[in-house]
Amino acid sequence: MSAHDLWLLSPELSVAALGVIVIIADLILEKKTPLIWISVIGLTVPLTFALLLWFNTPDPEIGVFGTVTADRLALFFHFLLIGTTAAVIVASVTYSRKFAGFQGEYLALMLLSVSGMMLLASSRDIITAYLALEVSTLPVAALAAFLRTDRSLEAGLKFLLLSALSSAILLYGLVYLYGVTGTTDIGGILDAISGMSADGGRAFGSSALMLGVVMVIAGFGFKMAVAPFHMWVPDVYEGAPTPIVAFLSIASKSAAFAIVLRILYTALGSNDLAADWSVLLAILAAITMTAGNLLALTQRNIKRMLGYSTVAHAGYLLVGLAAVAANSDSEGFIAGPQGVLFYLVAYAFTNLAVFFAIIAITNKTGSDLISGFAGMARRAPFMSVLLALGLLSLLGIPPTAGFLGKIFVFSAAVDSGLAWLAVVGVINSVVSAFYYLRVVRTMFLDEPENDERVTADIPVWAATMTASAGLLIFGIAPSSLLEFARHAVSGVVT
Amino acid sequence: MFEGWLSIIVFLPAAAALVIALFLRDDARVRWFAIGATVLNLVLIVITYIGFDRAAGGVQMIDRYEDWIPVEGLRAEYLLGIDGLSAPMLLLTGLLSAVAAFASWRITHRVREYFIWLLVLQTAVLGVFTALDFLLFFIFWEIELIPMFMLISIWGSGRSQYSAMKFVIFTLAGSAFMLVGILALFLSTGVDTFAMVSIPAEGIVGIPEKVAGSDLLIPAGVIWFLLFAAFAVKMPLWPFHSWLPDAHTDAPTAVSIMLAGVLLKMGGYGLLRVSVGMFQETNGFKVQDVAWLLAVLAVISIIYGAIVTIRQTDLKRLIAFSSVSHMGFVVLGVSSIVGVGGKVTDAGLNGAALQMVTHGTITGLLFLTVGLVYDRAHTRYIPDLGGLAVRLPLIAVAMLIAGLASLGLPGLSGFVAEISVFLGTYEVWKWLTVIGAFGVVLAAGYILWMMQRTFFGPHNERFDDLEDANFLDMVPVVALVISIVAIGVYPKIVTEVFKVGISELVRI
Repeated sequence: MSAHDLWLLSPELSVAALGVIVIIADLILEKKTPLIWISVIGLTVPLTFALLLWFNTPDPEIGVFGTVTADRLALFFHFLLIGTTAAVIVASVTYSRKFAGFQGEYLALMLLSVSGMMLLASSRDIITAYLALEVSTLPVAALAAFLRTDRSLEAGLKFLLLSALSSAILLYGLVYLYGVTGTTDIGGILDAISGMSADGGRAFGSSALMLGVVMVIAGFGFKMAVAPFHMWVPDVYEGAPTPIVAFLSIASKSAAFAIVLRILYTALGSNDLAADWSVLLAILAAITMTAGNLLALTQRNIKRMLGYSTVAHAGYLLVGLAAVAANSDSEGFIAGPQGVLFYLVAYAFTNLAVFFAIIAITNKTGSDLISGFAGMARRAPFMSVLLALGLLSLLGIPPTAGFLGKIFVFSAAVDSGLAWLAVVGVINSVVSAFYYLRVVRTMFLDEPENDERVTADIPVWAATMTASAGLLIFGIAPSSLLEFARHAVSGVVT
Repeated sequence: MFEGWLSIIVFLPAAAALVIALFLRDDARVRWFAIGATVLNLVLIVITYIGFDRAAGGVQMIDRYEDWIPVEGLRAEYLLGIDGLSAPMLLLTGLLSAVAAFASWRITHRVREYFIWLLVLQTAVLGVFTALDFLLFFIFWEIELIPMFMLISIWGSGRSQYSAMKFVIFTLAGSAFMLVGILALFLSTGVDTFAMVSIPAEGIVGIPEKVAGSDLLIPAGVIWFLLFAAFAVKMPLWPFHSWLPDAHTDAPTAVSIMLAGVLLKMGGYGLLRVSVGMFQETNGFKVQDVAWLLAVLAVISIIYGAIVTIRQTDLKRLIAFSSVSHMGFVVLGVSSIVGVGGKVTDAGLNGAALQMVTHGTITGLLFLTVGLVYDRAHTRYIPDLGGLAVRLPLIAVAMLIAGLASLGLPGLSGFVAEISVFLGTYEVWKWLTVIGAFGVVLAAGYILWMMQRTFFGPHNERFDDLEDANFLDMVPVVALVISIVAIGVYPKIVTEVFKVGISELVRI
């Protein structure tokens, strides 16, 4: 490993190092609250490295024997992941008292998981990607069980078992890719495949390749929470600590989308192949959106409802992934992946706002049931408005970032000949109005249980404000973020 | 006018809402502030309307920020402007917004929130009528949903939560189709603009010009129906009307005024601007091809709406169903776009546009007076009323004027619009027009019968201690009566501007 490799991996390494520092500090410090501030302030180091890399590497640089890159796509996700983690940690200040004495482990596990996710976004080798996935997944299983209640333990165990299963499927798919192409390098796979096409045939035929693609998508589908691999989502969301749910629904999902985007658009991005898997993704997207929204309709627990909502949103994101250049008229068509990146950021701000507002409210009321939010507009007017704003963004009502995110992925779908999928998507948005607006209605209309004011702690309050401001800003003036997303994807799409 | 003028008009109510949210605590002060803001906005809008250059025509008072969404593949602008079609709609919105603010005088439940939502609603509607970028139009169209949802469900009566959700779902379903239609239109080869009209002065070539003679991404007919679905739900046209009676019956008075007066007109405006304005020269499918369908649906709406109206026993529900009937006249007028022998007489289209304004003011006045009656008698159930005219002469007179205008009495505004629609469509659809004209006869029936059962008839002792409208109640009533009489006697104040807009809209 050369100094250059260290430089390319500096964001990942510094996050992992931060995790270790937090564990050591945990041993030394009597009070645990400073650990949170150590983590948050410490996260500025990887952020600085990522910024330096962004400005210093005009071309995608490759290191560690070609297995890792610090290109724009990877850095885009580094910013997203670091920001999300910092916000989640800040919002855990009060919540983490529920597991007093273990805050150090809680933070360290989260940081280690993030370092895996960042590596996942950087990897350009399928074996590295697999390892990174495992690094990111295992700490989350422990975190899900952190409350040590029955439900929480069940959540952790379920997550662990199902992620092991999905990893096996993923690995099997990766083996197929390797078997057909003879390489694990993502760029190499592309070359191998296009070479084979030129020779007039592929080893084992393209069906073997497609089998590999299907299993890779199924394996990552677990992390993306795509139906029918979403079975773990509601139970884990219900049982796990709320900040970890926010972390799972945003960071974990984003990282999975990062690597899927890279594998599909680079390794398997040749036009004839893309035309094939885009059909697969389109069908998955339709199933995922519909399943998520229909199942969310009847939920009484707000975390469970948001679990199904996150499934629905994975479906909307898949719409953007399915919009490939192969089916579009225009040269250099990147509206699909560009829309996906915008959507991910919009979704991150939105979901953070929603979960933080829920944390702020449930810290005081102690109930995750939707009925527990009755009349909250009178008990916590400001938080209720922010929560309503977040829910409207999830529903896709302007002027929020969620609305524009949907516009971008749906327009990409229409442009690449998937108008039917866009229709399914917008109809699904209508269905989702039922359950999002039901929460809004409960907060603003129903009689409160009592008149006791619910006040938020300053850190949670600040984190919610920041997330809400982001979802409004990108909903009104999206141009800078779109430009950023365009830079990020332009190097990856073949 | 300077650049930014229209933006000020559109966002002034929202800014007022923000001030209320942040600074005002006292209910009385909130009321006065909201009323002041809407009246000020009305003044600005009247200035705008007078300042609109009828001789020059075209799009005026343009507000433009080109780099709103500047990415490749989805280039949307922030583009506001008014032309002959939107200027009167802006005036209508300004007038009814002020009326609605006055009519909210008696709201005592969660006053601050109420006025905040009402003002946000006004910004959304003003945005719809001034936005000339299709995506921006859609955004304002969607923003309007949330204030309406809140206003109906919190301050409504009866099954208000059910009605509010029904309203949202119907409208969202319609706009979902519209969104796909907009995207398909925009992404068609050779279109790549969201501009809804051409503005030569700004170098903007709009969708109507670009789609002329070119093939679209998906068949033009499909796109037309996708867009039409949203407008048909909003207007509402039979068979998409079932949300309207529920929403109206359960909404508070001022919200009914906004809903009937301006929100339904968004549908009519969209029909004219988009369904007619953009699809006259498209390849493979033209709006003229489905003019028969518009005419048939319009006549069904008129007759069905009128017959159902006769049977109603709730005053608000009655007026709501009469709206279905009256909005049918708008569509009937629009259906004359097919013309005779390749020539379109613009009487039908002008009548349709005028009908939107007249129905807005007349129905606004009807809901306003029903609200005044309900505040006093505490019932809207017609068989329980009767003999009210003795105790409430002012309200009775106001409602009588609105009713007579609604049934098309010459000298009041409804007559001008309806006769113009019939003149325009008779040459095109003889029999359908004749059938549709029966709607006016039925209107005379249900209005007069309703008046007779509500205000006249035997003396009713239960209502002996009711007090007639006071000065504050009468301010919005008088404003609407003046506008109804003014348009009835001298329709040119509105038609002159509409003529300019319609002549630019018709391209064949």
